[in-house]
Amino acid sequence: MRQLTYAKAIREAHAQLLAADPRVFLIGQGVRNPWYAGTSLQDLDKEFGKDRVIDSPVSENATTGAAIGAAITGMRPIVFHPRMDFMLLAADPIMNQAANWSYLFAGQVSVPVVIRAVINRGGEQGAQHSQAVQALFAHVPGLKVVMPATPHDAKGLLIAAVQDGNPVLYIDDRWLYEVEGDVPDGLYEVPIGSAAIRRSGKDVTLVATSYMAAEAAKAVEMLAQRGIDVELIDLRSIKPWDRNLVYSSVGKTGRLVIADAAWMSGGIAAEIAASVVGEIFHALKAPIARVCLPDAPAPTSFVLEQAYYVGAEQIVFAVEKVLL
Amino acid sequence: MMLRIRVFEEMVGALVTANEIRTPCHLSIGQEAIPAGICAALRQDDSVWGGHRSHGHYLAKGGDLNAMMAEIFGKATGCAQGRGGSMHLVAPAQGIFGTVPLVAATIPMAVGAALSAKLRGTDQVAVAFFGDGATDEGHFHESLNLAALYNLPVVFVCENNFYSTHLTLKERRVKDNIVESAALHGLKGVVLDGNDVTSVYQAAQEAVRRARSGAGPTLLECRTYRWRGHVGPAADLEVGEERRRELDEWQRRDPIAQCRELLSARGVSSDLFDCLEADIRAEVDDAVRFARQSPGPDESELLHHVYVSRRGV
Repeated sequence: MRQLTYAKAIREAHAQLLAADPRVFLIGQGVRNPWYAGTSLQDLDKEFGKDRVIDSPVSENATTGAAIGAAITGMRPIVFHPRMDFMLLAADPIMNQAANWSYLFAGQVSVPVVIRAVINRGGEQGAQHSQAVQALFAHVPGLKVVMPATPHDAKGLLIAAVQDGNPVLYIDDRWLYEVEGDVPDGLYEVPIGSAAIRRSGKDVTLVATSYMAAEAAKAVEMLAQRGIDVELIDLRSIKPWDRNLVYSSVGKTGRLVIADAAWMSGGIAAEIAASVVGEIFHALKAPIARVCLPDAPAPTSFVLEQAYYVGAEQIVFAVEKVLL
Repeated sequence: MMLRIRVFEEMVGALVTANEIRTPCHLSIGQEAIPAGICAALRQDDSVWGGHRSHGHYLAKGGDLNAMMAEIFGKATGCAQGRGGSMHLVAPAQGIFGTVPLVAATIPMAVGAALSAKLRGTDQVAVAFFGDGATDEGHFHESLNLAALYNLPVVFVCENNFYSTHLTLKERRVKDNIVESAALHGLKGVVLDGNDVTSVYQAAQEAVRRARSGAGPTLLECRTYRWRGHVGPAADLEVGEERRRELDEWQRRDPIAQCRELLSARGVSSDLFDCLEADIRAEVDDAVRFARQSPGPDESELLHHVYVSRRGV
């Protein structure tokens, strides 16, 4: 099959959605600037015009609020936040408004908006250019949250998010932008709420999100060489998340490691761990391990960054721990 | 319409006092000329966006009175089926897509509705209603800028009643100059007497005409006064020494009494006013009966509508 990078897959999803549906438009800071968006939105403004690819002032609150108002009145906007940290200035429109309106108004009003947040960390950018606060949004009823880890899912989940009819947070990670993979040509959807088994195994279940799913794939190879047979689940959607797949896998392996490159306290990994303990406690043969970021803001110094971020090495260590 | 809003809200106030209504109710008594005058210049397919004090906006834009009363009673027959109460009103067919109490929250959403109209190629207009308190929020300034920048068909209606809950305008800003925000962001701004329904209507017609014809957004600062407290039927006289004096002064400028004088001078008989008032009182009494007799929402519906189903989209 045709190979595309993760960033180009995102771009293709946008282009095909803009071409197929006149209700779709894009608004946000830096949508025509590669410095903000990499190649993930490259030249969309030239192809579809600046009326539908709107490079906005630094007004996260108003652009997100406006996208929500447009969604309520018949459009299918995609809002772009080049860093998730910046999106926090739009917490009111996202958490108070978009998330609530369907419930508040008994389904008479819907908010079919996609809010895209880019995690863009590393490079000594520090605490306010690095955050991965997916758990904050996954906490809120009324929002859906997806985090693709492969080019295939990056395209298919964006399309599914636009078609969904609910407010969907689409979170992509710049560390994945150059990853290549199979991407079908046409418009296709990856169902929101369905995880993917990337490798079947019998010893340990490893559930990973976004960038950590890529790191987990490396870890699984290292572990296989040592005779450890890991079942790797790429969660893909974190709200709703694929409980059934995780439960059935843990039911088989009896061991669980969760890797989410965000803070540990109150995070997605905690939610999955609590659910597994609450629902299938007797299947567990060992304590659950979490591979997350330390509960501290992101540092800038390269030396501290190296110590802060987790990857394949920490995943290997966690898997070995639950097998002890 | 002004009288309909007044009688409705007086009834709501009485029912709050009687403990029959429990949801927080923010009354716009004294400010009725603004929703009445603005909405008279709108079409059904134009949208209005409101806040916590939006009974008047809802009625003036064509929302069903029974459905609002039932909503305030928390009944299944309410406009939001008992999920909204007084602060969350909706009537999509009338262009009321939702009023919510987060201060200034719907200002950018009105901008979005205007952007939507422009992208869809319709000539619909969006109206954002908000109080002077909302102009203290960043939402307001960002939204004015976006609307001017993209030349959107939106009318910003600031109902300046000089209070943000208990804080007076002068305790919140150095200058009494909300309208100047318009010029700073590059849109047209007009200050007007918000208690004079004729002025409001004329200003609205012009602002709506401009928006519909592609001439861009307008900020209308309508100066008015709320007779009742921030929330509930009491007058909030404890907020400051000037409140009593201001209230007396503004009550002499009652928008409904002024309108009645105007119409009387043009030969409308007092019998006609009495008939109108009697009809409205009967309508509101009926609404109370309707709300009392309506069933509450079914507990089984607690978790419905958190998400819309794909099929419904």
